[in-house]
Amino acid sequence: MFQTKNLLKVALRSIVRNRMRSLLTSLGIIIGVAAVIVMVAIGEGSQARIEGQIASLGTNVLIVFPGASRMDGVSQGAGSANRLTLDDVEKLNEEGTLFAGVSPIVGSRAQVIGGGTNWNTRIYGVSTEYPQIRAWDIAAGEFFTDRDIISNAKVAVVGKTVADELFPGQDPLGERIQIRNTPFKIVGVLSEKGQNPMGMDEDDIVLAPSTTVLNRLKGGRYIDMINVSAVSTEKMEAAEEEVIAILRDAHDLKEGEADDFRVRSQAEITEMATETTRILTILLGSIAAVSLLVGGIGIMNIMLVSVTERTREIGIRLSIGARPSDILTQFLAESVVLSVIGGILGILLALGISYALRSFAGLSIVVNPAIVLLAFSVSGAVGIFFGFYPARKAAALNPIDALRYE
Amino acid sequence: MNRVIETRGVTKTYPIGDLEVHALRGVDFTVERGEFVAIMGASGSGKSTLMNILGCLDRATSGTYVLDGSNVNDLDKNDYADIRNQKIGFVFQVFNLLPRTSALENVELPLLYDRTRRIEDPNGAAVRALETVGLGDRLDHVPSQLSGGQQQRVAIARALVNQPSLILADEPTGNLDTRTSIDVMTVFQELNDQGKTVVLVTHEADIAMYARRIIQMRDGKIRRDFQVKDRRNAAEDLANFKDNNGDGDLTDLRAEER
Repeated sequence: MFQTKNLLKVALRSIVRNRMRSLLTSLGIIIGVAAVIVMVAIGEGSQARIEGQIASLGTNVLIVFPGASRMDGVSQGAGSANRLTLDDVEKLNEEGTLFAGVSPIVGSRAQVIGGGTNWNTRIYGVSTEYPQIRAWDIAAGEFFTDRDIISNAKVAVVGKTVADELFPGQDPLGERIQIRNTPFKIVGVLSEKGQNPMGMDEDDIVLAPSTTVLNRLKGGRYIDMINVSAVSTEKMEAAEEEVIAILRDAHDLKEGEADDFRVRSQAEITEMATETTRILTILLGSIAAVSLLVGGIGIMNIMLVSVTERTREIGIRLSIGARPSDILTQFLAESVVLSVIGGILGILLALGISYALRSFAGLSIVVNPAIVLLAFSVSGAVGIFFGFYPARKAAALNPIDALRYE
Repeated sequence: MNRVIETRGVTKTYPIGDLEVHALRGVDFTVERGEFVAIMGASGSGKSTLMNILGCLDRATSGTYVLDGSNVNDLDKNDYADIRNQKIGFVFQVFNLLPRTSALENVELPLLYDRTRRIEDPNGAAVRALETVGLGDRLDHVPSQLSGGQQQRVAIARALVNQPSLILADEPTGNLDTRTSIDVMTVFQELNDQGKTVVLVTHEADIAMYARRIIQMRDGKIRRDFQVKDRRNAAEDLANFKDNNGDGDLTDLRAEER
């Protein structure tokens, strides 16, 4: 039996002898492996980014949306039966036992005038618990107080984008802005949060007391959403049930009647957002895997050529006592070494491409060591799989015919 | 055990289309240890087929073949490979060395396939085999850097290295000029003098005259089997050849000596 050392020596020598051919053959594997790693890295990178953004929504957050009403069996869509009010928020605050924070959201879009210019942005009427629910710090100044909420105070906390647009290079604290002819005083600036999973700029926002927005800007008594944060991740489900129970009671819903609101947990939203990128990752990975397959076929092709070219060598080896299995192992070793070298070069190429994409294209890329290992082992497996047929062909040669081969 | 080869009624039939070609039609002969036998015959006489069977490269259609005391009729491919590896040393007409591989590595090759590892120092054994054939100073030369005669010497060293019971040479001088042929025959005669059993296939009568015994084949059968009288000494012939052709003119020695 050939020792492994000799086997590798013979395989490497034959590869080195046909440098150009070996390189071109490996190229299929190089590209395949690099493609798999980079594609999956891009997919996982965007997944990680989205997960990060979702985490920035706050922890253990439940979002209550108004439900849909039906008129004569025709659904009117979400919000058509808007029955969420500040009283619901009050009741959740009073009766809830598993909530760390509850905040209404009264949303509006308006032109904000200030600093000699104007800017169209979102206005959110919220409670003082909102920053804690969203895990959103105040960068400068302070958040408004419960007293501001009771007194419908005309104070606002602005997001970084709004601050930069209206007061570039200045301190916006204490400045006045006008929203729908109502003057507001800026008491705080929010820290930067970036984009949310849907690509929306989170910092493009003005926060004001919920009562102020409802009574002075919007009118009416209905609010758009309620954000609730549970005391812990384990208590999320119980907290959701509690929200439902309290709101059903508040809305006087009888047994059997459908909820006129919907509760979504952060986990569900995370799931929806990551599902898309997960599919994307799988798709990219599979396309890349096909190129790895094509690379394998290239190896088989060259190994078949090599077996034919070296028929005489095979005959010599057989005649001096090589067993067919020795010949098989020799050619198998060659194709495995060829594809493993391709795999290593492919990994290096992938690391290079990932680095370039990260530094020059600014893509978020996560090179997963498990995928690198997987791609490497797959390249080895490709060598065995596609090398087997040519190697078996070599081993099956009759020594007399092989020696006579010209 | 002094009998190296014993065949009884060995036949070989090749099917070619609907026809059956009888390459061997019952061959019986024995070779004792230390003999130097030349198998002669025209092309188509069956000598190459016999050679392949003796070398365990091919299998007889019927009959028995006992090599070195063991019957090799009913063995599988792997056993055949092991017999070729341990009991037989081949020398071919076209040398059959691995190209771009040093003489030393070529000679070492059979030992790398030896599962028994009976030779302890393969590298040393290969060096000694090359020294035996007079190429101790050419260890690192690749075949393309060697002359035909030198390449055949490397091939002989490769056939020797595994200490085989039998050295089989198939037209070993077929690709060599006269002088180199005699040169190579000196190597075979030296090996035989050291006790090696040599079986040589050739169609050249004057090459066969260096053997001790000649078997003549015709139409798949042995026609004559006789001891060589006036056996020629290759070393002497080579010396005469040098004297007669000192200026390097390679006229055909065989014609003038006949």
